[in-house]
Amino acid sequence: MAFYILKRLLAIIPTLFGVAVLIFLLLRVVPGDVVEARYMGEGGQFQSQELMQLERKKLGLDQPLWKQFTTWMAGLARLDFGISMWTGAPITEEIKLRFALSLQLALMASTIATLLAIPLGILAAIKQDTWVDYAVRVFSIAGLAMPSFWLGILMILGMLIIFKWLPPMVFTPLWVNPWENLAQLIWPALAVGYRYSAVSTRMMRSAMLEVLREDYIRTARAKGLWLKLILSRHALKNAILPVLTIISLEFAFLLGGLVVTEQVFNLNGLGMLFVEGIARRDYTLTQALVMLVATFFLTVNFVVDIAYAWLDPRIRYR
Amino acid sequence: MAVIPQTVDALTSATEPREGWRAAVGDFILQRPLGAAGAAIILLMVALAASADVLAPFDPLTTDYGAMLSAPGPGHWLGTDAFGRDVLSRIVYGSRTALMVGLGASLIGAVFGALIGVGSAYFGGRVDLVVQRVMDVFFAFPVIILALAVVAILGTGVGNVILAIATPMVPRCARVVRASALAVRETPYVDAARAAGFGHGRIILRHMLPNVMAPLLIMATAFLGEAILLESSLSFLGLGVQEPTAAWGLMLRGAAVEFAESAPWMAFFPGLAISLAVFGFNLFGDSLRDALDPRLRTQ
Repeated sequence: MAFYILKRLLAIIPTLFGVAVLIFLLLRVVPGDVVEARYMGEGGQFQSQELMQLERKKLGLDQPLWKQFTTWMAGLARLDFGISMWTGAPITEEIKLRFALSLQLALMASTIATLLAIPLGILAAIKQDTWVDYAVRVFSIAGLAMPSFWLGILMILGMLIIFKWLPPMVFTPLWVNPWENLAQLIWPALAVGYRYSAVSTRMMRSAMLEVLREDYIRTARAKGLWLKLILSRHALKNAILPVLTIISLEFAFLLGGLVVTEQVFNLNGLGMLFVEGIARRDYTLTQALVMLVATFFLTVNFVVDIAYAWLDPRIRYR
Repeated sequence: MAVIPQTVDALTSATEPREGWRAAVGDFILQRPLGAAGAAIILLMVALAASADVLAPFDPLTTDYGAMLSAPGPGHWLGTDAFGRDVLSRIVYGSRTALMVGLGASLIGAVFGALIGVGSAYFGGRVDLVVQRVMDVFFAFPVIILALAVVAILGTGVGNVILAIATPMVPRCARVVRASALAVRETPYVDAARAAGFGHGRIILRHMLPNVMAPLLIMATAFLGEAILLESSLSFLGLGVQEPTAAWGLMLRGAAVEFAESAPWMAFFPGLAISLAVFGFNLFGDSLRDALDPRLRTQ
């Protein structure tokens, strides 16, 4: 087991290195750079070529690609993300508050998704092919079909028209004013959580259906065990693992993948920062963001794998 | 598990499955009403896109500054937008954009994903290892981030959006196809093909690919809805299909949010169209998966 953990942990490193190479190259293929983006944005006209060259030199953009890459890698190895090419501020500072927002939103949305998915999935499985099953399936497939940004627009619209009230549009950290914070974040969390519950609900349903056909369930029924006890003791325990996997993996993606929802609710999360970073050709910031999201994803993946082995003794790892 | 025939009649009818596509369609509707509903929505959407020129009451691009932001009524059934363009007509024409992007992206994603997946499984060993590590790298990106990066490189517009959406789909498809292809590789007919001296390309394309079509089909159908959603997200951000093309996500952008209180129809109907289309594809895809995956069949 210890060997397996170590092996999996070490396997993260080449993947992360691949991510670094990929995003480094992708960004360099995007036409233009931060200097052009800035001066095009300000006057609509290019500054003199000498001045732009000077800027580039200051940012290290005149260096050959391999040198830019090794400098960046050396910084990463020391956990030093460097400074943003656009603002000149340390990237850690730029990301800190936005990371808190995105993480909180991802946590809230995942909680809502879990609370919806597990009971609904079980219900649909027990009542397979009845109207309950169909209703749950339609509800979850509809959640998957509705863009969460549209759901967000509808929520805002509904609150505005019916209650003449709008959720706060400026982010307040949880530790400053929890009430204000929740009043703002609960809506995007609901919109996103509903959407993301869909996949887990379906997974819960099919996992439960599979487990309910096992011999040990039949045995439990035959010996006259109470249905609730069969479900909670025998069926749920065996069916829930794949659901937890799906929920955790979705959680990992929510951190950086909520670009559009953030836009609707005017949230300055990591997703919007990524869009800004690309628009400004802010290489250092965008690279740091992608590395952060990828590391987070791979870590969650790793934890899920280990948890699997720990929770399910049938799984033997080599 | 198959039902064991009890009588001679049942036995004969069980061994002779009903033939013809009519019977197949009929069975599908009877056994999977949700899937049939999904198929109906898809057909409606295709019909809408095909006959947009006839069905749409107005030209989707013509601005009418005399009728800006008019509410739904007899003239404009679903109202007009901030430029006085008819919302219904733009939704009807938007189905073309959605279908084009959805079909294009899932086709490209499925073809490349299948080739990579089957190739990776067929060659195995070091090739497989390298391909899988590269796929892992792509997996570490959230879908929309990858699509945004591709748009940043290629630029906006329908064609580029198709490529941007297909990119994150390739590794997902490749992984699923590879899993099935690994089993196919061990079958005697692939051994036989190899013994007969066929080339790699022929074995992959003629012998392995047709046998992983079922999971590929399921993936592609699931992608269709997702691609339509992704297109609307990109367009909503202003990084997808560009004005004045009629696209649902684009219709929700800008003025739709700005005037949401006074002209809610602008924000409501295009979103409904997206949801309905994706709903149709998901319902159909879901039933297709149920039908092709025997483990989930009702007994």
